[in-house]
Amino acid sequence: MDFAFTEQQEMIKKEVAALARSFSLDYWLEKDRKAEYPVEFIEAFKKNGWLGIVIPEEYGGSGLGVTEASILLHEICAAGAGTSGASPIHFYVFPPMPLIKHASEALKRRYLPRIAAGDIIMSFGVTEPNAGTDTSRIQTRAEKKERRWVINGRKVWNTNAQHATKILLLARTTPREQVAQKPFKGMTLFFADFDRSRITVREIEKLGRAAVDSNEIFIDNLEVPEEDVVGQVGEGFYHLLDSLNPERILTGIEAVGIGKAALERAVQYAKERVVFDRPIGKNQAIAHPLAQAWAKVETAELMCWKAAWLFDHGRPCGAEANTAKLMAAEAGFEACDVALQTFGGYGYAKEFYVERLWREIRLYKIAPVSQQMALNYLSEHVLGLPKSY
Amino acid sequence: MKILVPIKQVPDTATQVKIGADPKGIDTTGITWIVSPYDEYAVEEALRIKEKRGQGEVVAVTLGSERAKEALRSCLAMGADRALHLSDPAWENADTLTVARALAAVIKQEAPQLVLFGRQAIDDDMGAMPAQVAELLGWPCASWIMEETISDDGKSVRAGRQVEGALDIFNIPLPCVLSAQKGLNEPRYPTLKGIMGAKKKEIKDVKAADLGLAADGAQLLVVALEALPPRPPGRVIPGEPAEAVKELVRSLREDAKAI
Repeated sequence: MDFAFTEQQEMIKKEVAALARSFSLDYWLEKDRKAEYPVEFIEAFKKNGWLGIVIPEEYGGSGLGVTEASILLHEICAAGAGTSGASPIHFYVFPPMPLIKHASEALKRRYLPRIAAGDIIMSFGVTEPNAGTDTSRIQTRAEKKERRWVINGRKVWNTNAQHATKILLLARTTPREQVAQKPFKGMTLFFADFDRSRITVREIEKLGRAAVDSNEIFIDNLEVPEEDVVGQVGEGFYHLLDSLNPERILTGIEAVGIGKAALERAVQYAKERVVFDRPIGKNQAIAHPLAQAWAKVETAELMCWKAAWLFDHGRPCGAEANTAKLMAAEAGFEACDVALQTFGGYGYAKEFYVERLWREIRLYKIAPVSQQMALNYLSEHVLGLPKSY
Repeated sequence: MKILVPIKQVPDTATQVKIGADPKGIDTTGITWIVSPYDEYAVEEALRIKEKRGQGEVVAVTLGSERAKEALRSCLAMGADRALHLSDPAWENADTLTVARALAAVIKQEAPQLVLFGRQAIDDDMGAMPAQVAELLGWPCASWIMEETISDDGKSVRAGRQVEGALDIFNIPLPCVLSAQKGLNEPRYPTLKGIMGAKKKEIKDVKAADLGLAADGAQLLVVALEALPPRPPGRVIPGEPAEAVKELVRSLREDAKAI
């Protein structure tokens, strides 16, 4: 068993850390305060070719795996950028996966090089207000009119929709009743222009990550040429599955990175802050929770690397990807919470930075899949228990 | 134009250096190793010269342990074309003169038009290498440069070196040795493609015998490293500002003898 990164992976880790840390914690504080998209940060990663990390080399990317993409996102989060920095970058990693695996050659040639170069900002349209996790019940529908599809419906929690130029959109092309035996059939993936004359965007104000917008979108007669269907008509949900495990692995490792960033600051503070004539870190009531959180974060990290390794080696990784996300979200949250507690009153103040991470990490217990749904997956698919819903 | 950039692998600037069990060296456990920052300015400048002239070759070279290859790989990822790794038991306890002799020998073999150093490595801060190498080669040398322009015919360089409050401008015939000061440029971060390409570029191992050098004992030996004594605590002068200032001035004059 070899736990070591390759020389190239080590180098990726080091260089991403250096680039990510060239953006200060004050930069992120400011972006959060002003709810401003971190354009400069994305530009730096775009300029150095990081956005094409998983796009195959023949389409202008670097053709690396989920392991390398995980290293990228881990270092961004560990640098203190948090989900404000990770979210815009990971949109170049897992949403293109169905395109890479299932799109026609023409579609790949047209778009993958532009995604790799960072010239496209993508949004991802799957979740709906009336369907949630039960994706088979989405109501957005696409109807064929000659050589075009006309799409109508609503989506919610669309990251990036304020700036997106393209959207990967899932819509029903066959009504659910007509495929009742196989309700996940009859949905189709479209790689559509984000046509703002046909899509209305409403931003959702939220607990954290103000810098990166989340939205509800209303689609009114959006027209998509038939050649922009990704993969096969009716098979869209199955094409989407290819990006779900990477998404869980990547968000898991992000939570790990955020936990580490919070712990790094808290540990430093515990060494320096003197109360009752000694550094507070000398008190086991301060030290043990930090040590415990560290151990949990490290353990969750191991599961992330295992899941990434399995995925990159073409092996099944559903159990590991769900476990990685589940445990990383718990461990990351505990780390941020313990860190905030270590700072005492100052932890509640924005200027000590941990407060932002604490708000951001909460997201990972909900998205991209809730802790409860990850447990459902494990109960049903790993333990073989009867499905509860 | 061929440009040779000697670099050194050093502990990351954020490292809290501890003296090792053997007090002649530091404890290297857990240290992150980097290319010395001044050397990065040198690599960056060499790459810019090559890019501006549209042709040329940038060769990174280091003398050091096996681990120092990582630093060369970083230079290759930034864009250097190839690298030379001087590694030999003969250089185990090399002092600056031994290193300078090895570098001068490799420079004679490679015959670059320009050698670009960082002004000093940030570990031992000796800053001896550029001048020693230039002396051994009999080449002109300008240290701590803040700007440079190579003439179109590639025969000379106009270099500005930092002096107190001004720039000292030199016209220097090539080949020559320059050393980079902070402010010369802003070094680039390697691109992902650069990192991936780096593993395909050559790092050639060079032994002392390849340079026709025999082991010559170091003339400079480290006896021991000693930690600085801890800083004495500061003193707070209590009382009304007017009174406190009087006491402060008295103390600065009589106790500290600073004014």
